[in-house]
Order: sequence, then structure tokens, then C-alpha cells
Amino acid sequence: MNFEWSGVWDAMPTMLDGLLVALTATGIGYVIALVLGLVFAFMRRSESRWISMPVGFLVEFIRSTPLLVQLFFFFYVLPLIGISVSPLATGAFALGLHYATYTSEVYRAGIDGVPQGQWEASTALNLSTRRTWTNVILPQAIPRVVPALGNYVIAMFKDTPQLLAITVVEMLGGAIAIGSETFRYSEPIAAAGLVYLVVALLMAWVARMVERRYGQVRV
Amino acid sequence: MTTTNGEFITFDGVHKSFGKNVVLDDLHFSVGAGERVTLIGPSGSGKTTILRMLMTLTRPDRGTISVDGDYLYHEKSGDQLVPASEAHIRKVRSRITMVFQHFNLFPNMKVLRNVTEAPIHVLGTPKDEAEAKGKELLELVGLGDKLNAHPSQLSGGQQQRVAIARALAVDPDVLLLDEVTSALDPEIAAEVLDVLRDIAKSTDVTMLLVTHAMKFARDVSHRVLMFNEGKIIEDASPEQLFNEPEHDRTKSFLRSVIDES
Repeated sequence: MNFEWSGVWDAMPTMLDGLLVALTATGIGYVIALVLGLVFAFMRRSESRWISMPVGFLVEFIRSTPLLVQLFFFFYVLPLIGISVSPLATGAFALGLHYATYTSEVYRAGIDGVPQGQWEASTALNLSTRRTWTNVILPQAIPRVVPALGNYVIAMFKDTPQLLAITVVEMLGGAIAIGSETFRYSEPIAAAGLVYLVVALLMAWVARMVERRYGQVRV
Repeated sequence: MTTTNGEFITFDGVHKSFGKNVVLDDLHFSVGAGERVTLIGPSGSGKTTILRMLMTLTRPDRGTISVDGDYLYHEKSGDQLVPASEAHIRKVRSRITMVFQHFNLFPNMKVLRNVTEAPIHVLGTPKDEAEAKGKELLELVGLGDKLNAHPSQLSGGQQQRVAIARALAVDPDVLLLDEVTSALDPEIAAEVLDVLRDIAKSTDVTMLLVTHAMKFARDVSHRVLMFNEGKIIEDASPEQLFNEPEHDRTKSFLRSVIDES
């Protein structure tokens, strides 16, 4: 097998276009995962079983089915119910929803990790439920979950090639397109792998910085 | 308020069990406004459960609890008593607060913020006013120099004194003290008890205390209730109860506590 490094460099402009797409999907998806995951975590804690049960079922359902299936599902079903958005938006949403089920479990563990005495002290001071959450529980729960949440952004980024299934061309898609034109696949795919590696390492570094800044728990 | 035997807090037929374990059995007692009452007895005899019920942290299975004429867990609907709404519970609870064995300061807030949190967000006190009062209270408990410290930087005794300031900041009518020195070394415990003694003597707040510090109990309380197996077996002045206990169980309990310390 002959491998030309020049082929790797030649693929880079396409890779950078693809990276932009991958980062867009990851960015939007991550915000959805962070917000929706917290909403799921709250709803699962609800005293009403009419709320906690269906949400629990939904979370387990999404968590236990492949992302690829969910991507196809939204890609074909959303237009049928009158929602026509770009494949990239569909992909970002599916990615966000999928990871929201993971982040909801992370939040749940973080919330459960706040000692019972904090709830009791809040009751003793007659803080409202909302104040107890915003001023006492979440500020202690979130630093606990920062490391785990940081890992998910990297996992999401590495899942973006699956969006290729619904016609979103990111780096892997770009690499395959180059390959089908030049009949040389190894170099562009290596280029894609290289960009994934560098960006994932960068994300890990940023996640560690964020962790160091916000992830400390004072007890 | 005066130090008399009115019926400010009333437990009427209160029953509580955890699983098969009956913790409180048909309990009747009342506490007058401004009265300081210490609950003593072996562990598991239901003392802490009483404080927790008043703080709405543990619900009674049966019976009623009232504070200054308002039922804590019930509301009057015509002639009937119905389970209280959350709003009603909050209203009655606003007159009560508690200091815990394990302090339970908010670790995400600095010391002063711990003390001003409830005045600002529950009572609606303006921030500067709440902070001025907070500083005053922290000085009262000897921590005027720790306003901007994090709870994690304080010793256990200091943390508990902050917790006392935090409780006083909401201007309670009823202060519950649940084994507030049990988690502290004897020497540190003495500091905290000194602070509490001063506070007790200078306010007319109604206090219910669960403690094993018998000397302190004798100094500050107007009345001591001896619990055993979910029942009050002796109810007397501290002089009477500590010097001439009537019940054999009280005698053996006091002997064991004194041996311990």
C-alpha cells in the first residue's frame, strides 16, 4: 500500500469545511443536551407519577436505542408531521436529544449527591422550592457533574459522522467524497481521523480547564 | 411574650412509627411561649423526631401539632380538619427554625451569605439591612472576622456558631436545637454552649432542645422532659429532675450520661 502524505494535506480544506459542520452539530446538540437533560432530571424527580413515569420511560427508550435509528426516525418523520428543517438541524436535534438522556442521569446523580442536610436546612430557613433549587442544590450539584458533562461533549463530537446517514456532510462525508473522485480513500480518511483526534484532544484540554475552574466542590 | 405556661406549641395524640418500630406513641404535651424545654432520654426514644416534626421534616402518622393556635399539618375547613396545603405549612413553619447536629451550612455560600440568604429571599429584607443584621449576629457568636470565609475554612465549632447566627437571622418564635454539640469535641462544644447560654438568657424565643449536655440543659431550661420508648415518663423542672428524679428509668439514664462525660 502506498500512502501519500500530500493526499492528506490536499484533503484539509474539505476537512475544515466538514469540521465547521461537525462543530455546529456538536454545539447546538450540546446546548440541547445540557438544557433538556436538566429538564428530564427535574421531571423524573416529580412527585406526580403522571410526569415522572412517562419521562422515565422516554429516557430509557432513547438511551436503549441506537443514535443511528433515531437519526433516521427524525429525518423521515419530522417532515411527515409538517416540520421541515435542514438535515443538519435534524441531526443536531437528534444528537442533543440522545445525549440529553445521558446528561439527565448525570444531573440526577449530581443532585442525589447533595447531602440531605442541605434540603433540611433549606426547609428550616423556609426557602421556597425554587430558591432551594437555584441557590442551594444546583450550585452544589453542578460542580459535581462538570467532569462527566465535559466528557459527553467529546463523545458527541465523535458521534457526528453518523449524521452522514441523513446526508449531512461533515469530515468523514467529505473524505469519502474525495475518495470517490480520486479513487484514493486512505489519505482523506486519515486526514479526517487526524482532525478528529486533534479537535477531540483540544476539547479534552478545554474540558479539563473548565473542570479546574468550575468543578471544585467546597464542602 | 412572657415566660409562662401557655400552650404555644401543642402535640396532641401524635403517633409516629418507622416500619414496625414505634417511635412516638400517643404523645401529648405542650410548651408555653418563651419556655425553654429540654428533651432527654436514650437514643431512639423519639426526641429528635419531635423536633423534626415541628420543622416539617418528618410527618406524624396520626395526631395534630399546633403552633400558636395554627395547626401545622392541618387546616380547618368548616368544622373539619383537612390536610394542610403547602402554603399553609410554609406560613406556620415561617415562625420556626432549627439548628442541626451536623450544622448543614450552605457550602456554596460565604459565611455572611449563609446568614442573609433567608432574610433576603424569604423575609424580603433589603440586602444592606440584612447584611448589617447578619454582621451583628455573627459578632454576637464571635465570628465577626469570618464574614467572607467559606464554611469549609471554619472549624466545626465555628460552623455551628454560624448556623446559630443563621437561625437567629430569621427572627424565629421557636428555635429547635437538635444535638447541636454532639458532633463537636468537648472543648469546642463548651464554646458553642456558652454562646447559646448567652442567647437563651437574652431572648424570649421558645426553645426546644435535644442535648446530652446535662449541665447546659440544667442552666438554660425551664423544664425537662424525660423520654423513654416513645413516651414522656417524667416532666419536671431541671432542679427536680436532675436532683430528685422520680422514675427509676430517669435515674439510670442520668447515671449513664454522667458516667459518660
